Amino acid sequence: MATETASATGTGVPTGTTTAAGRALALGRAELTLLGRNRMALYTVLLTPVLVIYAVSSGARKLDLSGSGMSFKEATMTGAFGYVLIFVVYCNLMSVFTARREELVLKRLRTGEAGDLEILAGTALPSLTIAVAQCALLVTAGMAWLHMRIPARPDLLVAGVLLGLALLTPLAAACTAFTKSSETAQLAAMPLVMVSMLGSGMFCPLEAMPDALAKACSLLPMTPVVQLMRDGWLGGASTAGTLGHLGAALAWTAVAVFAVRRWFRWEPRR
Amino acid sequence: MDVGDGVIEVSELRRRYGQPGAEGFEAVRDVSFSVRRGELFALLGTNGAGKTSTVELLEGLARPTGGRVRVLGHDPYEERGAVRPRMGVMLQEGGFPSDLTVAETVRMWAGCTTGARPVGEALGLVGLEARRDVRIKQLSGGERRRLDLALALLGRPEVLFLDEPTTGLDPEARHTTWELVRRLRDEGTTVLLTTHYLEEAESLADRLAIMREGRIVASGTPGQVIGAYPARIRFAMPTGWFVGDLPPLDALGVLRHQESDGRVELQTTELQRTLTGLLFWARDKDVELEGLDARTASLEEAFLAIAGASAPGRGE
Repeated sequence: MATETASATGTGVPTGTTTAAGRALALGRAELTLLGRNRMALYTVLLTPVLVIYAVSSGARKLDLSGSGMSFKEATMTGAFGYVLIFVVYCNLMSVFTARREELVLKRLRTGEAGDLEILAGTALPSLTIAVAQCALLVTAGMAWLHMRIPARPDLLVAGVLLGLALLTPLAAACTAFTKSSETAQLAAMPLVMVSMLGSGMFCPLEAMPDALAKACSLLPMTPVVQLMRDGWLGGASTAGTLGHLGAALAWTAVAVFAVRRWFRWEPRR
Repeated sequence: MDVGDGVIEVSELRRRYGQPGAEGFEAVRDVSFSVRRGELFALLGTNGAGKTSTVELLEGLARPTGGRVRVLGHDPYEERGAVRPRMGVMLQEGGFPSDLTVAETVRMWAGCTTGARPVGEALGLVGLEARRDVRIKQLSGGERRRLDLALALLGRPEVLFLDEPTTGLDPEARHTTWELVRRLRDEGTTVLLTTHYLEEAESLADRLAIMREGRIVASGTPGQVIGAYPARIRFAMPTGWFVGDLPPLDALGVLRHQESDGRVELQTTELQRTLTGLLFWARDKDVELEGLDARTASLEEAFLAIAGASAPGRGE
């Protein structure tokens, strides 16, 4: 028993005040350790994007991209941003948030000093960091090995990544309202994954779709994010189009944040 | 009572689950109490009496349906940031990521705690130093409870909320925990504890309240709560003697008596007077009162009488 410290009990003299950033980092560090110990999640986060790009590349070769004004290589590499975001951020975080809720970790954390936003952000931190790193890797690899151009509008590229994270993190949290375990979370993530792959320009650019279909697909949550990043790298975006994408991404983010505030459960359903 | 000194103030507290009307369930119904600085207050009750529902409101985990809570002068739900750095919480069922080690868990928690103790010191408080590199999923239930307690104490809190802190502990660990809680109380920590171990409340609490169906049905010091219930004397009637042969029971201060198979039980609020009368009678008649057993009421008896027939026993 540590008697020398006993006198400090109950005096309430703070010696190391915590900050929001410090608390989120402490949670993020623990979460990174957990990610390192979860082989399944590690594969999802590190390998799936690569595998998907490989799988898609063989199929997409047959696509007629003549209407899109971009090469097969350009369509695949920019579509890969979408895969990274959806698998590393959305799918993975749905599992993580569900697992922490079911283990009563979220409830326990809420009795501490960290606020709700810090808890969710800290828990998401490793996934978000890895997603950003993978997007940077895609651009670097594209320029170094595939002789692709330097990003035309880095600002749009960055805006696309950040909006993607800001949108998919609360969306993942909100969708855990339907899950009971990290396994069912993977299943519950599938609808958005499929819809985004087919309809948000990840597999086939909207520019190569019939007009009516492209219009409908532009309303999907991932579409503006993928479009912003694609325009950011390849260029050729109109101001009106860019503003539209920004507005759509922000609108979806607002919906996701509202859904979290309304439906997110901090403890398992009894 | 000096209300201004109340570290925890609860008045007319209500908590309702679900929809208003018949579908909902009111778990906390008009609960009021106050806990002074340095006091150890115990909330007792059967499962489902509303203890945890009440404590969660004090911890600021949920907003009350009605009434008022103040912890250290603040609303724990609305002013979370002002209260949290000064309080420690141990939930009835808290959770930790199962793949973290004990030390990693404490480190994570320390990063979220103002003025946190070093990891080794925190684990030392609850005797978990030897388990620091063990994964949470490999800990026993009792070890998890002790880790939970270590985290509640990590920031040297002024106010400590312990929701059934010793459930699942073996007797030795339970006594160690009691010693620790007693020491914290002696050092000035205000403690609110829920328990269904009556022995725990009896030995630790300065004051206690017994809850039933969401209401406080008895409160006071353990002595006051128990004092409202009679002591009892049991013995076997000597062969050939009958209850009618005893001195007049009214004169001995006996409230009630019952007899079955030659065993007699007397209930009295004046144990010494009743017992003296009984023993003088036995000496005068030169008889042996076999199996003589006299005891004041215990909290258990008071609890069983108050909380209802479905109350769980002492050991569970």
